[in-house]
Amino acid sequence: MNLDFTPEEIAFRNEVREFISENYPKELEGMGTREDLTREQFLAWHKVLGKKGWSAPSWPEKYGGTGWTSTQKYIWSEENARVDALMPLPFGVSMVGPVIYTFGNEEQKERHLPGILSGDVWWCQGYSEPGAGSDLASLKTTAVRDGDHYVINGQKTWTTLAQHADWGFFLCRTDPNAKKPQEGISFILVDMKTPGIEVKPIKLIDGTHEVNETWLTDVRVPVENLVGVENEGWTYAKFLLAHERSGIAGVARSKRGVERLRNIATNELVDGEPLLEQPEFARKISQLEIDLTALEFTELRTLASEAAGKGPGPESSILKVKGTEIQQRLTELTLEAVGYYGAPYAYGMEADGNNDFGVGPDHSNYAAETYFNMRKTSIYGGSNEIQRNIISKMILGL
Amino acid sequence: MDFNFTEEQTMIRDSLARLIREQYDFETRRKVVASESGWRPEMWAQFAELGLLMAPFSEEDGGLGGGPIDAMVVMEEFGKGLVVEPYLPSVVCGGGFLKRGSDAQKEEYLSGVMSGEMIFAFAYAEPKGRYNLADLETTAKKDGSGFVLNGHKAVVIGAPWATHFIVTARTSGDRRDKNGVTVFVVAKDADGVSTRDYPTVDGRRASEVYFENVSVGAEAVIGEVDNGLPLVELVSDEAIAALCAEACGAMKVAHAMTVDYSRQRKQFGVPIGKFQVLQHRMVDMFMEYEQSISMTYMATLKLDEDEVTRKKAASAAKVRIGQGGRFVGQEAVQIHGGMGMTDELAVGHYFKRITMIDSEFGNVDHHLKRYTDLSSTDMAVAAE
Repeated sequence: MNLDFTPEEIAFRNEVREFISENYPKELEGMGTREDLTREQFLAWHKVLGKKGWSAPSWPEKYGGTGWTSTQKYIWSEENARVDALMPLPFGVSMVGPVIYTFGNEEQKERHLPGILSGDVWWCQGYSEPGAGSDLASLKTTAVRDGDHYVINGQKTWTTLAQHADWGFFLCRTDPNAKKPQEGISFILVDMKTPGIEVKPIKLIDGTHEVNETWLTDVRVPVENLVGVENEGWTYAKFLLAHERSGIAGVARSKRGVERLRNIATNELVDGEPLLEQPEFARKISQLEIDLTALEFTELRTLASEAAGKGPGPESSILKVKGTEIQQRLTELTLEAVGYYGAPYAYGMEADGNNDFGVGPDHSNYAAETYFNMRKTSIYGGSNEIQRNIISKMILGL
Repeated sequence: MDFNFTEEQTMIRDSLARLIREQYDFETRRKVVASESGWRPEMWAQFAELGLLMAPFSEEDGGLGGGPIDAMVVMEEFGKGLVVEPYLPSVVCGGGFLKRGSDAQKEEYLSGVMSGEMIFAFAYAEPKGRYNLADLETTAKKDGSGFVLNGHKAVVIGAPWATHFIVTARTSGDRRDKNGVTVFVVAKDADGVSTRDYPTVDGRRASEVYFENVSVGAEAVIGEVDNGLPLVELVSDEAIAALCAEACGAMKVAHAMTVDYSRQRKQFGVPIGKFQVLQHRMVDMFMEYEQSISMTYMATLKLDEDEVTRKKAASAAKVRIGQGGRFVGQEAVQIHGGMGMTDELAVGHYFKRITMIDSEFGNVDHHLKRYTDLSSTDMAVAAE
């Protein structure tokens, strides 16, 4: 056991650091924590990484992964977090990509993987429905076979950033007579330009348009877009959720967030003294940092056991629960730190066409908006209560 | 970065686990704890035979060439078995000081620690000093080439079984000054040393130790006169890492027992483990345990880093384990219901051990403050 980097790993870190500093798009600087970005902004760094061959480090090498060790991947995320880099969105790289290379056929791999790696094709996730949230298996959207096509009808919701999406992966019921709700579900890839798809924005409490309702009316999809075996989609969906969770801890990003919070608390004054020197507040930051260290080492242990050949298992649920709790506490403390300047509504003022709204110190911008937005993290990706159900069943055997 | 154990470490774990399983079952432990001496010297001899007492010391010093990770492995298994024998006081603390002592001290004492013939206890705490390692009323006054010790040390774990003490005393400066602390080796049978022995709530034995005009020679000083505090802090951080490992072992068993009990105990016609409110609580216990193991590895692996990093790591681990341990211990008793309150069941004994670990070498509040103070030092250094 040791925490040392080998000379090769130090060389790798220097290479990565240099690459990031030379290639990270200038126009994205300072945007890494924002939610209201354009498609081009979201994809800018992804496209650079795609050209370099670094957009999907976790994929097997033969599909375009980097073949990095878990330590190299750790270094990679640390170095990106140092500049608050806007990383590739999870929908292609972390979600549908692994499903396609694991369960898809050769044609699907050839057709879809290059666009995911390059960042040219934007994917969205059609899982949740108005009546199927935590109880995802109760979904009602149907795909009925008609010759060489499936005809899809139903309504999906919380479709994140579907307003930009070229393709979507949808869970649809293909066997309405299956004995259990988990049976009879299929995993289908859908071109979002297909007639019959309507994407309607849902505005969230922070004021951003991040998620959508997606209506599907007689959407005709070629049968070759079925991934794997018909009615076996639940297996792939579960596989995907485990993959999604393993990246969800967000350790490097939260470490950067704690650093930012310390700076804010150094500049905010209480009776003329830095807020950071108030024992009550300083100890809240310490506690957060300590819990983050525990999460970091739990993730490192998980990565080490994955490197030893075990795929992402139910342990990744711990990372999801603890990672999101920490992200939320971080934004909570940041809002607390900025005091009354949390109130001015940043997105509201930008709507007047004025990005530099100049109210309060810069560090207070978006503090409340981000806090409100981050409440989503314990709800999405399988709510934290569902994660506890998974651990209870899969690890404790209850 | 590497999270694997060496073959030797795995061997230590397996053979110790087997020994505890075969000779340290809960009923046997109860009898031993209730006996007059409260421990089994013959068990200690077996630990020595397995190489546990030599494991964390360098080959140069006559050890097996291991280090803190080996001690961590041992302490985790001790935690699982609620072992009362004084590995922490004698091997981790006593050995921790002695391996940094003079060649003569190594020869005279360290070999005794490793063979098991000498047992050390660490007399650092005082009735009014709380967790401040420099808050000492015990004095050592210069007397010719040697020193004369006077003072009262509090709750010295393992003292009734000890042959020797490591004693911290003030040789100069004011009561809480960082300078002026010196570390001594004192034989328990030296003139002027007396003890009041008693059992602790978690099945061990401890003493109040009194020094009344105890004369020691200059060769009794470990490290530098007046500048002993950094060494005391270093060994205390090593002790913290080892204690965290013990806590993890105990938490693991307390959690496993609870899950097991919830499968068997029926109420309202079903095993109580079917109730989601209890399932989620047991999941939270599990997550606390996992985080605690992570912190124990972290603190152990950072013991050889620079002083501030090492101290922050030890404090962070002690905070997390203190909090996690309290949660796991309390909930283990709660989910066992009335049975958890009984002396007959092992779970309550795990709860008691985990609880007492929090107050050894500084509790949650102490280490949260220490971590916070060190963080501002860190920032000041970074800003320079």
